[in-house]
Amino acid sequence: MSEVVLMIGTRKGLWLGRSSDRVQWDVTGPHLGMDEIYSCAIETRSETPRLLVSAASPHWGPSVLRSDDLGQSWQDTPQGAIRFPADTGTALAHVWALQPGPTDQPGVVYAGTEPSALWRSEDSGETFSLYRGLWDHPHREQWWPGAGGQAVHTVLPDPFDVARVTVAMSTGGVYRSTDSGQSWTPANKGIRADFLPGDEPEFGQCVHKVAMHRDRPEQLFAQNHGGVYRSDDGGGSWQSIADGLPGDFGFPIVVHPHRPGTVYVFPLVADADRVPPQARCRVYRSTDTGGSWEALTQGLPQEPFYLPVLRDAMCTDDADPAGIYFGTRDGAVYGSRDDGDSWAEITRHLPDVLCVRAGTVA
Amino acid sequence: MPADPADDLTAAESADALSAAGAAGATVRMWLPGVLREHAAGRSRLDVAAAADATVADVLDALAVQEPALERRIRDEAGVLRPHVNVYVADTNIRDADGPATMVGGADISVIPAVSGG
Repeated sequence: MSEVVLMIGTRKGLWLGRSSDRVQWDVTGPHLGMDEIYSCAIETRSETPRLLVSAASPHWGPSVLRSDDLGQSWQDTPQGAIRFPADTGTALAHVWALQPGPTDQPGVVYAGTEPSALWRSEDSGETFSLYRGLWDHPHREQWWPGAGGQAVHTVLPDPFDVARVTVAMSTGGVYRSTDSGQSWTPANKGIRADFLPGDEPEFGQCVHKVAMHRDRPEQLFAQNHGGVYRSDDGGGSWQSIADGLPGDFGFPIVVHPHRPGTVYVFPLVADADRVPPQARCRVYRSTDTGGSWEALTQGLPQEPFYLPVLRDAMCTDDADPAGIYFGTRDGAVYGSRDDGDSWAEITRHLPDVLCVRAGTVA
Repeated sequence: MPADPADDLTAAESADALSAAGAAGATVRMWLPGVLREHAAGRSRLDVAAAADATVADVLDALAVQEPALERRIRDEAGVLRPHVNVYVADTNIRDADGPATMVGGADISVIPAVSGG
């Protein structure tokens, strides 16, 4: 019988939820104790599902760990799965993104890191190689860290063209490569950068998250540091889709697993007021690629709610109807098993939630 | 440093090893906090090959070969001591001495997590 596994990465450890009906959840943890779980992934392309986490100890530094028994045990790469080459003169601070590759590339996992860099593994996350083209990009010295650090937080490999990869970073914005990562071009035309003077820059935007449906890779959705956008040409240009939202600031944005034009956000008021509008806990859903939005509230807290949702703390599973999940900075996790129409609390009182990921395993 | 039941050396063996190290400059004894012992086969102390005139950096270079998963938790891949890890040579915090260039001089090294780390 299949079940959904929900990974919940927090400021102090990992929790794992398992459910066969997405109503009753068996949540265990903390796994990996004091470690900050900056990113996580469920690798379901292999016969044995593999969990990947970025676990950063405040004392002992970051590691990419893997589990082939759904979290009962974890394996490390002794030298470190991700190591900056000596000539870079730098060191890994955090792994912000772990992204399994397309289904026809078994074993390929991408990683986005702080400092901003893109990495590729061909052994399911045991070792990674640096993409020199992005590391050596002449714009690098003009990328500046947001509050969380200077990091590549989004990696979107094209499912139909192995040479095409899109990344996003804060700050820096969106960059894309069409030559297997050898060269990178900024792709921010139309995205605001209110924190910079002058006209809209070519790069330097603080894009918080970008999402894509695997069946429609030319269409991207971005939650910006002020602004919500859609691109229909793979990042060549962006149009605002913020009309109808109660605020255009926020962090996460996710696409429905089976409907390419359906997208979810968790709006906040503004840069200077990072709480939900009207102090209400509401996920917003668009079913028409951002043309209109509806508030989803059934089953979510109805009392005043002042918590943001971080950029990787919202996700979908791959079931049908889809499960949508998000975690808050007071350590609660909510889930929907009906595309977002209704919600229920899965767990509470965890440390602040940094990331969630869900997937179906046999 | 108190003895630990997880130590893999008896007191007599430790004395022999220390004596041999002092005589030949062959090893430096490194003491580990409990949380790091999983990366050293459960041991609370290690003998690391090092020359008589070794610095802390030299010892950590040797440790990177001997126990890479342990070494990278003490310093990053650029060779920088992690900010919330303290390394002592005898009773001296190397940050109060010459940092990684601190001479070991046959003394024990202790790795201790800082109170600031979490």
